[in-house]
Parts: sequence; structure tokens; C-alpha cells
Amino acid sequence: MDHPTRSPISRPPTPFERVTDRVFRFACSAFAWLTIIVMAYIVLQITWKASPAISEYGAGFLSGRKWDPNTSEYGILPEIWGTLYSSLLALFIGSFFGIAVAVFLSEGYLGNFVFRVLKLFGIQFHRFWGKLPAWSEATLKNLVELLAAIPSVVYGLWGIFVVMPMLREPCNWLHENMEWFPLFSTRYQGPGMLTASFVLAIMILPTISAIARDALVAVPPKLREASYGLGATRWETILSVVLPTASGGIFGGIVLAFGRALGETMALAMLVGNMNTIDVSIFSPANTLAALLANNFSEAGSDEMKVGVLMYAGVVLMAITLFVNMIGSLILQRATKGLKGMR
Amino acid sequence: MQITPSHLGSYVALAAMLVATVGCTGGNKPAANGEGGGSGSTELVKLQGAGASFPALLYGAWFKTYSTEHKGSVQVDYQSVGSGSGVSAVIDGTVDFGASDAAMTEEEMAKVERGVQLLPMTAGAIVIAYNLEGVNELKLSREAYAGIFLKEITKWNDPKIAATNEGVELPDEDINVIVRSDSSGTTYNFTQHLAAISEKFNSEVGINKAPNWPVGTKSKGNEGVTTSLKQTPGSIGYVEYGYAEKTGLSMASLENKSGKYIKPTIASAQAALAAVEFPPSLIAFVPDPEGEDSWPIVTYTWIIAYKTYDDSKKMDAFKDLINYCLTTGQESSEELGYIPLPEAVTSKVKAALDNISAK
Repeated sequence: MDHPTRSPISRPPTPFERVTDRVFRFACSAFAWLTIIVMAYIVLQITWKASPAISEYGAGFLSGRKWDPNTSEYGILPEIWGTLYSSLLALFIGSFFGIAVAVFLSEGYLGNFVFRVLKLFGIQFHRFWGKLPAWSEATLKNLVELLAAIPSVVYGLWGIFVVMPMLREPCNWLHENMEWFPLFSTRYQGPGMLTASFVLAIMILPTISAIARDALVAVPPKLREASYGLGATRWETILSVVLPTASGGIFGGIVLAFGRALGETMALAMLVGNMNTIDVSIFSPANTLAALLANNFSEAGSDEMKVGVLMYAGVVLMAITLFVNMIGSLILQRATKGLKGMR
Repeated sequence: MQITPSHLGSYVALAAMLVATVGCTGGNKPAANGEGGGSGSTELVKLQGAGASFPALLYGAWFKTYSTEHKGSVQVDYQSVGSGSGVSAVIDGTVDFGASDAAMTEEEMAKVERGVQLLPMTAGAIVIAYNLEGVNELKLSREAYAGIFLKEITKWNDPKIAATNEGVELPDEDINVIVRSDSSGTTYNFTQHLAAISEKFNSEVGINKAPNWPVGTKSKGNEGVTTSLKQTPGSIGYVEYGYAEKTGLSMASLENKSGKYIKPTIASAQAALAAVEFPPSLIAFVPDPEGEDSWPIVTYTWIIAYKTYDDSKKMDAFKDLINYCLTTGQESSEELGYIPLPEAVTSKVKAALDNISAK
């Protein structure tokens, strides 16, 4: 260094630098606030638009079962039921697979397998081939997470053309042979709860598996080693030490996925059947809040009350989603806190 | 947090939403302030239309051909969003023309300050299509098909269906009814027909673009219903003839007013429409056409034009487009499953174009 006194570290900031620093800091906080303001604005606007409907229909809106714009009778109980039921069903299927994927990814099964294959050829420490186990792991992880990038409409189309025909035979068999069981009490028609939930489960799988994987990886190696040290097998370790330790994080991920499932629209509008029924049978067509909004908003036009009832339904959906997401974040927070001391 | 890809997903969704919004507002602008045509003589005139899905197959073909023939000077876009949306788009002024097969009510017309002129462009038949393995021919009496859509008949082997289908093996399966989820002109005409033939339907469901159906899963648009019918064994639904024809769906023969069972064809639909006389408003429906060989559910379908356009270039382009549709366009109607307008009607529509002017 020729002129140490002029190096940027030792000299005081120039006025220009001071100004840019200020501007940058201001811009950052402005954008941060803008996000909050936009959020608040959306909520206010929707509630405002919903207010005529809220004052007209009140709580009866939540318990009514009929949606008939022609007689101006509105009720969204079937939609609330459908939204919760389809999301729970999707969660049931999705978490099973999601957690399995997370265990598979975090335990390095694929990496080990590739490593062993390479070992057969004696190239497991090769400059190029030796990286293959790590690569294959990363590829698989990204592939699963890529599921989140598939547009909803594509999932809907896939549901109509692939899932529906695929589910038809087994579902008909279940209905014919186990009709006494409430879940199978109606005939599988195609569009309906199960088709929708099945596709929804795949849509939320990446959320569950990503968070569950993070939680599993965060389990302190000490615990794992101690378990092996006590003579536990790998499965015993996974099932009774690793999974319970990570359970808080996994559960949080599931609740976040639940939040996503509640608001999913396009695929559901295409697959759920859009029928205002309340039926425990998973083969029965149903309706969800998001699908209701998607199907009806274009007809609402400039009619204040028609827009109002849709906005009201939107407010209900927002409230449900917000509630679920808050619980999810809380659980996630508590779970990570508990782990900190163990590291 | 290491869930970037799933974040990525939401970004993609957000971006798509933004693009969609920008796209919409972009599309709205020309109609809203009439600047779409521009002032330069070589500038592209964009005509934005939206509405009925019933004639969408035909409009799509017409507008595409017209736009290619007038490349660089006129571009016509049509969105098949359903008649209900088409009418509200006209009222909101977000399009240059709308389309509806339920025409427009007096009430709706009163909401448009610029005035509207309805132009019948083509006609079509609404058919009852079904998906039932092994059953290629199905005859439905008036009682039977009204009953199906009233949820009175729920099994394929119901005596009321079996009575008119001797020798056909009908399965002991539930009838899976598929109706429209969106506000639809096809539904309007279909319910109008059902209300005309069944007192019960008239009082319980009524004539509507989006009635409160007692039965049925719902799909969006003629396209959606057709797909659902294709994908669901044991299903039945109503679609425009062209959609069923194009996708090879089986169509039921229906009993017409004179008690004869008629197969849906262009000829039988033409016979049904022959007797329609248009009033000056050019709006007329035939809920239950007379005639031995008439197909019972037919309708005209309309393009909704404004009576005044802000931009004379846009108006000229629009009139030229309609003229094209009424002359050369009509030749391709039959091929796509629609009914060409009779000579008497086209001349009336051409005359009605004179009611449209520019500021």
C-alpha cells in the first residue's frame, strides 16, 4: 500500500458516501414498511368491501348451507367444511410421504447406495466419481423441492387426466366392498374430495419435506451417537431418538403446509367438483372457499352485494389461514429454541 | 431457513399474478379510454372481446383467420370466459365487444351508457352428451332428461330411461350429472328449455345463467364440462354440439315437441331455427321449437357491440370484422358444428351495423 492514509478503511467517509449510506438505509426501511402497509391495505380493503355482506348476513353466513345468487341466499358452511376436510386429508397423505422423504434425504441413504455401487468398481475416492454420492443427494433434494415450482393449473390438469382414472378402480372396489365404512359411503365420481386431496398432498409435500429435513439434520449428532452407543439399531435410532427430537420442527412444517393447503385454489377448483355438500365420504364431491371465490368472482361484476359476499368468504379464508400459520410459526419457534442448548 | 425452492414457488406464483394483472389492465386500457387504435394510419387496431364459451370454437377460428389476413392492421382477441362474464365486461367497459348466448336483459342494457347493439352471429344446438360404456344409442324422453337434472332420476336403469331404450343394456349405476360452474349462456338456454317442458323445473330451479342446481358436480366452461364427461364414466351433461362432436362424445336423442326422437345434427337444429322471426332488437329465443324434425334445444348467440365507439378506426375495423364473419365466416360454421345463419338473418344483422357509430 502506497498511501495507507487514503485507504478506505482508515479515512473518514466522504459526504457522498454518507449520503448514499443514508439513502440506502432509508430505502431499506421504506420498502420494509411498504410490505407491511400493502398487507394491511389488502386486509382493510377486503374487510371494507365485505362490510355490506357482513352486516347483512352476519354469523348466519358461516352456518348457512345454500349458495344461491338468484335468491340472494348465501352460506359457506359446506365450503368451510370442504376447505378444512380437504386440507386435513391432504396433510394426512402429504405428511406421511413428506416425512419419509425427509428421513431418506437426511440419513443419506441414496448417498450410501451410490457410494457402495462406486465401491464395486473401486472408484469411490476418484476425483470425479467420488463426488457422485453428494451430487445425487443434492439432486434428489432439489427434485422434491422442485414440486413446489409446478404451477397449480398443471397440477389440476394432471389430476383430471392422470389421478382421476388411476383412482377410479380402487375407489370403486373400496366403495363396493366397504360401503358400511363412512369414509367410503358414496360412489367415486371423479371430481371430489379424494382426488383433490391427493393432488393437494403432492403440492404440499415439498413444504413438509424441506422443513422436516432441516429439523432432522439439526438433531445433534451427539444424540445419534449415544443411541448407537447404547446398542440401538439404525431403525430404532431413527424412530425413537431422531424423529422425536425433531418432532417439533416437523410438526411446525406440517402446520405451515396446512396453511398452504387451505389457500390452494386453481387445482382444487378443477378437481373438487364444486358441489355444496357436506359429506364425510372421501369420494363425494365438495367445495372449498378458494374454489368458490375462483368460480364466482368473474360473475360478481359491479354488484356490491355479490362482491361483498365473496369478500366475506375471503375474509373467513384469511382468518382461518392466518390462525393456522400463527400456530405453525409458534411451534416452529419453540422447537428450534429447545434444540439450541443441546449443541 | 433452507426452503428457498418453495419460496421460489411462491415468487413464481406472485410473478404470474403480477403478469396477469398487468395483462388485464393492459387489455382494459384501449377500451376504457379508446386510445387503442392510435392516430397513425399504419398503427395496429386491437379489438378485445370476451364472453360466451358456446361459440368460442367458431369465434376462435374466425378471429384467427381475420387477424392473419389483416396482419399488422387489425388484431382480434377473444377470451372464452362465459356469457355472464362477457356481459359484465361490456357493462364495465373492459372490452371492445362482448359475446353472450343469453343475449342481454333490458336491465343489463340500461347499465351501458354508450348503448349496446346485439348482433346474432351464429346458432348452435345444445346437446345432452353422456359417457356410458357400451351404450352408443340413447333416447331420452322429456320426462327422463328433465328428471335427471331435477335429481328425480338417479340411476341409469331407471324405468323412465329404460322405457324408451328397449334392447339397450343400462347399468345399475348412479348417474353422474355434470353442470356448469360459471355463469353461462349455455346453461341459460338449457334451463329455459327445461323450464318450458317441466313445470317442476320452472318452479324449483328456474331460468338462469347460474341456477342453484339440485344435482351435479360443476365444471368451468363448455371445455370443462366436455373434459369431465370424457373423464367420468356414467356421466351426463349438456354442451354445445360442436364440443361433443369434436371430442367424439355420445349424444342422446331427445324427444321434441311433436313427440319424435331426434338425433342432434346440423339439419335438425336448422329446422328448429327456421321459424324464428327476429324483432328489431335482434333478440329471440326458442325455448321449445315446433316442427317434426326440430332438435329441441337450440339458440342463437350474439356479439354485443357498443352503439358508439370513441375511435372511428376501431369502429371501422369492428364493422369489417362482423361483415367478414357474416359472409366468408359463415362458410366454416357447419364444419365446426354450428349452424350458418339464414340469408334473411345476415341481411338484418348487416343493416343493424348502421346503428353503430363513432364519436
